[in-house]
Amino acid sequence: MNLLNLNFSLIFDPLSQFFVFLILLVSIPCAVYSIGYLKHHYSSKKILLAWFLLVLFVGSMLMVVTVSNALLFLIFWEIMSLVSFFFVVFDTEDKKSIKAGILYIIMTHLGTAFIVFSFLLMFKYANSFDYYAIKQACLLMPAHTKNVVFLFLLIGFGTKAGIVPVHIWLPYAHPQAPSHISGIMSGVMIKTAVYGIIRFIIYILGADTLWWGNLILILASISCLIGIMYALIENDIKKLLAYSSVENMGIILFGVGASMVFISKGLPVLAVLALSAGLYHLINHGIFKSLLFLGAGSVYKATGLRNIEKLGGLIKPMPFTAVSFLIGSMAISALPPLNGFASEWLTLQVLFNGALNCSGAQAIAMCFYAAVLAITGGLAAACFVKAFGVTFLGLPRSEPARQAREVPPLMYYPMFFLSALIVIFGLFSAQIFKSLNRISQSLYGVNESTYNFSSGSFVITPVNTLSCAGLSIPFIAVMLIAIMVMVYLAVRIFAGPGKVTRDRTWSCGYYKIDSRNAYTGTAFSKPFRIAFSFFYRTSRKTEEIKSSYYHVKSIKYKTSITPVFKKYIYDLIYKRTFYAAKYLSKFQSGSIHFYIACIFMAIVFLILFMNRF
Amino acid sequence: MKTMIILLQTLMLIALAPLLSGLIRKIKNNLRMRKGAVVVQPYYNFFKLMAKEEVISENVSWIFRITPYIVLSTVILALFMVPVILSEAPLNITGDFIVIIFLLSAGRFFMALSALEAGSAFGGMGSSREMFISSLVEPIALLTVFAVSINAQSTSLYAVFMQNNMQVSAVIAGMALLFVAIAETSRLPVDNQKTHLELTMIHEAMVLEYSGRSLALIELAGYIKQIIFFTLTVNIIIPFNLFPAGDIFAVSLNIAVYFLKLLTLCALIGFIEVMSAKVRLFRVVDFLAFGLVLATIAVIIALLGY
Repeated sequence: MNLLNLNFSLIFDPLSQFFVFLILLVSIPCAVYSIGYLKHHYSSKKILLAWFLLVLFVGSMLMVVTVSNALLFLIFWEIMSLVSFFFVVFDTEDKKSIKAGILYIIMTHLGTAFIVFSFLLMFKYANSFDYYAIKQACLLMPAHTKNVVFLFLLIGFGTKAGIVPVHIWLPYAHPQAPSHISGIMSGVMIKTAVYGIIRFIIYILGADTLWWGNLILILASISCLIGIMYALIENDIKKLLAYSSVENMGIILFGVGASMVFISKGLPVLAVLALSAGLYHLINHGIFKSLLFLGAGSVYKATGLRNIEKLGGLIKPMPFTAVSFLIGSMAISALPPLNGFASEWLTLQVLFNGALNCSGAQAIAMCFYAAVLAITGGLAAACFVKAFGVTFLGLPRSEPARQAREVPPLMYYPMFFLSALIVIFGLFSAQIFKSLNRISQSLYGVNESTYNFSSGSFVITPVNTLSCAGLSIPFIAVMLIAIMVMVYLAVRIFAGPGKVTRDRTWSCGYYKIDSRNAYTGTAFSKPFRIAFSFFYRTSRKTEEIKSSYYHVKSIKYKTSITPVFKKYIYDLIYKRTFYAAKYLSKFQSGSIHFYIACIFMAIVFLILFMNRF
Repeated sequence: MKTMIILLQTLMLIALAPLLSGLIRKIKNNLRMRKGAVVVQPYYNFFKLMAKEEVISENVSWIFRITPYIVLSTVILALFMVPVILSEAPLNITGDFIVIIFLLSAGRFFMALSALEAGSAFGGMGSSREMFISSLVEPIALLTVFAVSINAQSTSLYAVFMQNNMQVSAVIAGMALLFVAIAETSRLPVDNQKTHLELTMIHEAMVLEYSGRSLALIELAGYIKQIIFFTLTVNIIIPFNLFPAGDIFAVSLNIAVYFLKLLTLCALIGFIEVMSAKVRLFRVVDFLAFGLVLATIAVIIALLGY
């Protein structure tokens, strides 16, 4: 094959269109936001650099989801990774950034290496990097090779998607980038990995093996639980959001994995439903997670703080940021009538229909996944009550928080835009779901009227054999508002206007309370830390500073958790690698003869190897 | 016509909801050989609170003010979706069992936020503990939903309630839902509604800063939530549609049986409350783990077809 004779044609099938739409939908508000965010924060040269990189970043993502050639895919994938690396180390004076950047670039290249391996394996059968050629060749590929390709693709894209256990880079890298880039990275960039999974595993490999889908479902449930559990105890607001991205990737993969299970079980209707639910949550997560990152960025801009323990009471000086962040928190906690609720409801319906239509262990597994999704939802709600409540409510806990001012309009208008999208994607869920169905149908190559999951224009009805259960979000929204107005009017009419007095907070007769009395983020997550201590492996240290034998002047309290994955997996690998490198460095004798001998041996080995295969 | 019946049913249940609490209180007092307040005491409390002036903390924002209305309207909407009188569904397409659970969690989300508003330790404590317990309750509730929905082949509550034979899995699921109901209505042994010590409160600590009509609305919301959970529990254990003939006589018989079931559940809850002490917060995990096991068993039995 002539490498120079590459096919540069793009594909614009519904799947690619969808991802292009998502990328633009999220990137444009983030770009507008960056005008206000970068100002006064960086030098003008750096702002110029940020814009250049942003264009390159968004451009490379757009190319990743539209090229029709695996080699070009890899090139743009690499550009995307590198540009995002530059953003992670954008604050070069921050040591944490450099550390996070190195971790990110190592992990992402490990992932890319696996993708390269799988592409080369596919190339061996197709003799071409063209998607269609590979798709044709995959029909003839032996099953065990297919399994290997699948596993490599899963590890490769899973690393980018941040699914557990290869999520390790995500909570370090995403928070270090400037906030609008964190929004794009969490909102869009990690979604390109889902694009990769759908494009290469479902579309090209044709997910026809049952255990593939089940493996993805298991990984999804692990990601959900572990992502949200770490998010819950995190006090750095951007890190909290990054961990929550791990959780939401899990929810998206529930849809994708269930779809693969259904297609291999010969249930195309459910497969279409499941994939659409996954795509729906994907776009929803893109919207609300970028909104939340922008909100966190505004808080950072106004106070210079990311630690929620030092924030508090920001709803008064920053009302617009607070409202946007509240809407984002409500959506991510899947509260009706917002968009996160629609996609989570659909995912639950997918699992329920899976339990109905599968049998035996598969059905029980589906119920188990639903239970995982339920506890994840509960923990996510707790997590975002903490994130919003500790940051924006109560009293300010530090001087910068006390002096915070609302950010300029150029920063909160993009947030309003994204908040409006959250409401729109909730209210018009039926129509949006309909168009998502078309994408899934085209992907599976089916096109029938039985794949219509809505009755009327506002109701979603997932397939059911006997009777239908449906969801009409506009109805819920209208009813909620109507009931609220009626209750308010009834109270006004029957009980009068009512008298409200403002006074100090009740604290058992103690009236000198200040922000130190309020619950902190650490305190809020304490019941979880204790109840799930088998997972967190908490250690705490209390130190009393006494002025005399009897009188304790102050108490120092320190609590920490053991990062299980880092400590027991990654640190081990890291240590072993360095140990091996040290051992190998003995070869570094400095004698040029020895080096020439080594090169010669390598060439002999390569010649033998080439002849053998 | 059907919409009118639903509307009427909702209003009737809202009016009846405080009575259940009064009833349980009376049953508890009688079991303890006390005289106790009259059964309609919750109504007296409601009207007394409605007439009183409100004192709110100076630290709070608008979230604190609108929370009572949000909490009340989410539970009323959830009550709308629970079938009691009608056997067919006029509002079937608008929400199912899962929606009810999510609606209730929306109210809880705002309650937990407003508890953090005043900046006192008690509110935060209540908020944190409530979210902790509710996140553990969520999987039990959902597995219960799945168990009964697998029997009915649909997550629609109408389909679930209109089963007219008793299933083993439904009985077990109903028992699991009883755990959810106890935790969600903040009853012993999970929480103590009648406690006067702030440190042991969960739900009460969250509403500590509320007074006057806001408190009245929140308490009403609590009563409605209670009647929702009780209705779900009794109608899952013993099907609502025991007399499936469509005439008015059968319908009124069904309703009479429904109230009898509610009364029995109230007596049972009262008995449980008298017999048990409040457990430590971290023992609640064990209590709920038992519910989770029951719910899992219910799902497996439902999948087996019983």
